[in-house]
Amino acid sequence: MAHEATAHTGSAPAAPVPAAGTSSTKMIMTMGTLGLVCAVLIVAAFQLTQPAIERNKAAALERAVFDVIPGATSKVVFAEKDGRLVPESEAPGALRYFAGYDDNQRLVGVAVEASGQGFADLVKVIFGYAPDRGAIVGMKVLESHETPGLGTKIETDAAFRANFEALEVKLRASGNDIENPIVLVKPGKKTNPWEIEAITGATISSTAVTNILHNSTARTVPVIMNSLQTLEANGHE
Amino acid sequence: MSDHKVPATQAPSAETFLKGLWKENPVFVMLLGMCPTLAVTNSVINGLAMGLATTFVLVMSSTIVSLARRFIPGEIRIASFILIIATFVTVVDYVIQAVSLDIYRALGAFISLIVVNCIILGRAEAFASKNPVRHSVLDATGMGLGFTIACFSLGAVRELLGNGTFAGIPVLGSAFEPWTIMALPGGAFFVLGGWLLLFSWLRERKAAPA
Amino acid sequence: MNTASPLQIFIDACLINNFVLSMFLGICPFLGVSSKTDTAVRMGLAVIFVMLVSSLCAFGIHKALIAIDAPYLHLISYIVVIASAVQLVEMFIKKFSPALFRALGIFLPLITTNCAVLGVALFQTSREYHFVQAVFFALGAGVGFTLALLIMSGIRERLELADVSSVVKGAALTLMIAGVLSMGFMGFAGMGR
Repeated sequence: MAHEATAHTGSAPAAPVPAAGTSSTKMIMTMGTLGLVCAVLIVAAFQLTQPAIERNKAAALERAVFDVIPGATSKVVFAEKDGRLVPESEAPGALRYFAGYDDNQRLVGVAVEASGQGFADLVKVIFGYAPDRGAIVGMKVLESHETPGLGTKIETDAAFRANFEALEVKLRASGNDIENPIVLVKPGKKTNPWEIEAITGATISSTAVTNILHNSTARTVPVIMNSLQTLEANGHE
Repeated sequence: MSDHKVPATQAPSAETFLKGLWKENPVFVMLLGMCPTLAVTNSVINGLAMGLATTFVLVMSSTIVSLARRFIPGEIRIASFILIIATFVTVVDYVIQAVSLDIYRALGAFISLIVVNCIILGRAEAFASKNPVRHSVLDATGMGLGFTIACFSLGAVRELLGNGTFAGIPVLGSAFEPWTIMALPGGAFFVLGGWLLLFSWLRERKAAPA
Repeated sequence: MNTASPLQIFIDACLINNFVLSMFLGICPFLGVSSKTDTAVRMGLAVIFVMLVSSLCAFGIHKALIAIDAPYLHLISYIVVIASAVQLVEMFIKKFSPALFRALGIFLPLITTNCAVLGVALFQTSREYHFVQAVFFALGAGVGFTLALLIMSGIRERLELADVSSVVKGAALTLMIAGVLSMGFMGFAGMGR
């Protein structure tokens, strides 16, 4: 076999092309076999890694939920249906609301994911809303591709993050509108609890976060407030 | 590109492996695979992850190409190579997701883009399709590690100067004001250009008579 | 669902997040083809065409793969489509403009390994662009690529006449210039907001 190999590689030109050109059948069969082998490899890898990937994603989400609802130790997942919250199983595919409860099964807050266009790409955040305080109590950036050193400050800047410790979002006394929608103000100009102070040099990224929260709260806070009974009841299993 | 044809019986030399590290380093010498080298090397960890992922795809696809080299007709060889490479890139994509979501997000689309990394197709065409498996594996490993070294070099400089850290560990102290440009695209170009400049200068000095 | 307008997407892909100077896609041809302006233009046009075709096909393939729930086939199908699109462009150009075909030479098949083209397909999928958005994205990416190539070739042609140290010449210099260009393009940030 060794001599065979030597003879073969010795006589073959740069590419193994037979003089008259390969038959179409041979080409199709080769590609077909190759395709089959590759397909098997891909599907195997997919099946083998899916459990681990799901676990990773679930763990990351849970960490994020507890991050933005300080004091929560357990969570129950709801989904939105017809303007109210129902158990997740009753509205598959709908936007999920993660209700966080403390050790005494009391509702601490509800976390919701939201996303919007940032400077470079989509920015995805999760924020925790505490109904009893009428404010956002935590915000975490889940995904962002903002300018490193500038836009990424939305994740690291301590002053910016302080905005989200008690960002007021209250419903109007009558109806489903937010009384004072979240707005962005220039650095140093924050006077009201529903304002977000922008980061110097990262106005666009700051605006992105503000818009994301503004739009999401307009939609989700009414739903949360309308479903307070459901939310509080689920704590008392 | 190197075009060594050896009989299957001949044991591979150390040269087959070593050339990829320095003399024929894919990034610094052959100027291949620059896109990922520039894009995901803003930190040491990201650079290493990309280098290792690419090495995995390189070694696996070179192995398969070398094993199948007598069965693949010439007309469809490029298509076959691409199919094989794409398969392993898909595999490594899922493996990285399963290992660390953070690294997966950092590397982003560039994992999928490994499939068009000219290094892999280049080695399949120039070496693996003409040489026995043992040689091809060594060649691929050498080239992959050479690429990883390049990614590491860029990642180290960019993270150190752009963030003051090395692999996440603060090194330059809090008084150091990071050179933000290093974390930006412009900085990547400058650093790679700088490394090439250095090597070019070293080569000239070596070649010039005393 | 992405709510950006097609025009916003075009400007974003072309200038703000230029494929070559910000996203590091298409560096190999950028370094290799940018020494002469007319080759640069031709390569750019070929790339725009391939990007458009690939984008349209990728859009269709994505819908099909979602329907049959086979997300792991994305990469393979995209790369096959791109390779075919390049073949198509090659045959098209060969038939209708043999001179152009000869001028482009080896560059045409090289578009297959141009990460920018695959990048277009991958990004439009991950950002979930709908049809019109995808078309403008591909156009913007292609025009941006051509723009970067043109600027670089203009500079390099001038540099041919300058007295440059041999140590710096070649890829090192091109990369340094690219760095400066990249910084320049950062000035487009915030446009169209």
